[in-house]
Amino acid sequence: MSQIEFLQQLINGLSLGAFYALIALGYTMVYGILRFINFAHGDVFMLGAFGGYYLTPRIMPHFAGNLAPVGVVVVLLLTMILCALIGMVIERLAYRPLRSRPKLTVLITAIGVSLLLEYGGQFVFGADPKPYPELITDRALENTGALTITTTQVAAFVVTFLLLIALTLIVKRTKLGMAMRAVSNNATAASLMGINIDTVVSFTFGLGSALAGAAGILYALSYPSIDPLMGLLPGVKAFVAAVLGGIGNIPGAAVGGLILGVVETFVGGSAFSTYRDAIAFALLIGILLFRPAGIFGKAQVEKV
Amino acid sequence: MLELRNVTVNYGSIVALQDVSLKVEKGAIVTLIGANGAGKSTTLRTISGLLKPVQGSILYEGKEIGGLPAHQIVALRLSHVPEGRMIFANLSVRENLLMGAYLRKDRTKLQHEFDYIFAMFPRLQERSRQIAGTLSGGEQQMLAIGRALMSKPRCLMLDEPSLGIAPILVKTIFEKIREINQSLGITVLLVEQNANLALEVSNYGYVLETGRIILHDRSEALRANEKVKSAYLGG
Repeated sequence: MSQIEFLQQLINGLSLGAFYALIALGYTMVYGILRFINFAHGDVFMLGAFGGYYLTPRIMPHFAGNLAPVGVVVVLLLTMILCALIGMVIERLAYRPLRSRPKLTVLITAIGVSLLLEYGGQFVFGADPKPYPELITDRALENTGALTITTTQVAAFVVTFLLLIALTLIVKRTKLGMAMRAVSNNATAASLMGINIDTVVSFTFGLGSALAGAAGILYALSYPSIDPLMGLLPGVKAFVAAVLGGIGNIPGAAVGGLILGVVETFVGGSAFSTYRDAIAFALLIGILLFRPAGIFGKAQVEKV
Repeated sequence: MLELRNVTVNYGSIVALQDVSLKVEKGAIVTLIGANGAGKSTTLRTISGLLKPVQGSILYEGKEIGGLPAHQIVALRLSHVPEGRMIFANLSVRENLLMGAYLRKDRTKLQHEFDYIFAMFPRLQERSRQIAGTLSGGEQQMLAIGRALMSKPRCLMLDEPSLGIAPILVKTIFEKIREINQSLGITVLLVEQNANLALEVSNYGYVLETGRIILHDRSEALRANEKVKSAYLGG
């Protein structure tokens, strides 16, 4: 592999990894708070893509010419808000009533919610793949030499980067972010500090779902054909990314996503390209065998 | 200040507390002693809203609080330092203390509490930037107490503050409990397995046995009580 080829694959891999990272964050935050895998999370990502699909033709005409970037931001933000609301409603209706039940009950419910969104999506949107409207013009940048870097890749990088910064600020600096960290550390103690666990859980679902919604739009820009089952594979892979980074660990999810994207792209560009989709699961098995806590995870030690 | 009237609590189908009545007078240190599994922690967990009573009433400053969720009870300035300390292990010492002040509206005035707590436990100040999980057991207990004080409670409930702590630190912590009571005027409800220590520091004591109060009296009287002596004070 030449140096140029290597760099090209790295760029492609990182831009794929950016989607995984954004989705993985939702898995990991919810796990951190509730110790539960929200298997419907990949479908919120799908709803994000559809949100963009329906909003783009309604919003973009109002932002012609130079204002187009503002329109893109508006579409993105509205989709994120929509997905946040959907995530919060899912939690309120499906998971909260089962909070004190065994984890398995909630897990099965999550699979049920996932199926509901997928097949409900087929019913509402139709099962056929839809061509995604062009939200930003996809073209290769100039003056990049032998490398090909597209505008959608740049957009994906920039948006992901900004969202990661925003998330870090929310978690580190705001009161609710502090409450999230406290609940994730010890929910009982958090409630003794006066933290309303329900509010924190709701907020966490909203935050994670908003990121998944943004990922849905970014993904559809790069792979412009969407359908109601599109969330399945990226969802499962993002889950692997979260485990890879250490489930419950926020920077871990971001790094895990990027690693997975890069590995997948390199495998895709090698002689083993047919195993591209399998590599995520091979990684999952590997990490569970050799480092179950993930890259950033620590085994918890109790002090006496 | 705090009163339980005929409180019954179940864990599933098991009765954990039966018909428990007790009274904590304002300004006092009241202790709850008893063997493992007698229901001491259950009593505190019920008062602080982590458990719901199935019967009876809990009055705090004249207001019924039985069945309120935990986050609303701490807002009434009744704080619980739980068994096992339950500090936020991944947060720094300072962040742990800030979490204690989560409900405080006067957040600009927190420095006063920080100063007070750091003066009481200088070790916490030295380690304020350290991740709380790296503290020793005794330091974690100091942190748990400091964190509860950040909410400016009028009544503080402590669950087994001596558990798993080096003997020399146990002495310090009990001195601080007395100080919290005397100089801050905070009423204390103390659960403790070490009955000797508990009856020494407290004014009044209740003895719990399998979920019932079997005896209560002034602490000095309990220390002289033959039954208490043989069962809880090591002869």
